[in-house]
Amino acid sequence: MTAPASTTAPPDERPPAHARPGRRISVVGILGELLILAGVLLGLFVVWQLFYTDVQGERAQREVVEGLDWVEPQVVEGIAAGESDGPQTIPDDLKHTDLDPPALDYPEFTETFATMMVPRWGEDYVRPVSEGVTRADVLDPLGIGHYPDTALPGQIGNFAISGHRTTYGKPFNAVADLEVGDSLILQTEDAWFVYHVESWDIVRPRDVYVIAPDPTDPGAAPTERLITLTTCHPMFSAAERWVVHGTLDYWAPTGHGVPEELLEVPS
Amino acid sequence: MISTWIWNALPGPALVRLLILLVAIAGVVLVLFEYVFPWVSEYLALQETTVEET
Repeated sequence: MTAPASTTAPPDERPPAHARPGRRISVVGILGELLILAGVLLGLFVVWQLFYTDVQGERAQREVVEGLDWVEPQVVEGIAAGESDGPQTIPDDLKHTDLDPPALDYPEFTETFATMMVPRWGEDYVRPVSEGVTRADVLDPLGIGHYPDTALPGQIGNFAISGHRTTYGKPFNAVADLEVGDSLILQTEDAWFVYHVESWDIVRPRDVYVIAPDPTDPGAAPTERLITLTTCHPMFSAAERWVVHGTLDYWAPTGHGVPEELLEVPS
Repeated sequence: MISTWIWNALPGPALVRLLILLVAIAGVVLVLFEYVFPWVSEYLALQETTVEET
């Protein structure tokens, strides 16, 4: 490094060639500046990935939900449990367990066809569910994605969805808080679907059997109405996948209130 | 030095130079956040959440 001219040396002893050392181009100095720049860029990338994508993602996903005209505003706002003027709940005689739900046209790629609510994740938790699981088109901008060619909500088979656990609005951030029996509630334009958590597992990224129509017997014809969530594990890593399986409690047509499970606060 | 060269290349008094620098940095950060980083992150595979055959 070109240290500044020594201040202890008397001016008359300083060689003329070193009169203005600061003006000389120093390779090491420029290299140092480039390394500092690289460090700043890496730091900015971390800030962007950990904070900015969350800000963007949460705002974008909320706007998607608010843009769906069949989502009731009180669901978007978050329904406080125990309110005396709470919304009507679905009567028992409209809850179906064996009938097939109203047919849903298979959604186009990136089409948002459902919303998901999980009381365990907060009374105001409502996120859009869109078709496809590519990051650039669905998971990053839209949140939860539906694995193509898996069952649709309420159908016999495995309704398989995926979402980020960290960053991009992190729809499945609190997946580790889910307990057996917790409600996973979905709504489409025509119906409500109430599933409950049966089990969870940590698998390798190539274990595609978890989204098979029957995960316990891949290849067999499905007989149950299942739901499967996949997200990354450990947090901030892509080494493994956290998988949650659930089964359908019932479905009910929309327009007759909300599922009572939506109002329950899990203990 | 790059930093001194940039500082000397800017016109005006120190306060004006500082303002120009801050605006330029804000612009660069905006371009990075909106275009460069999203593009880079697609090739990093740090955020995969899906199960798939590879």
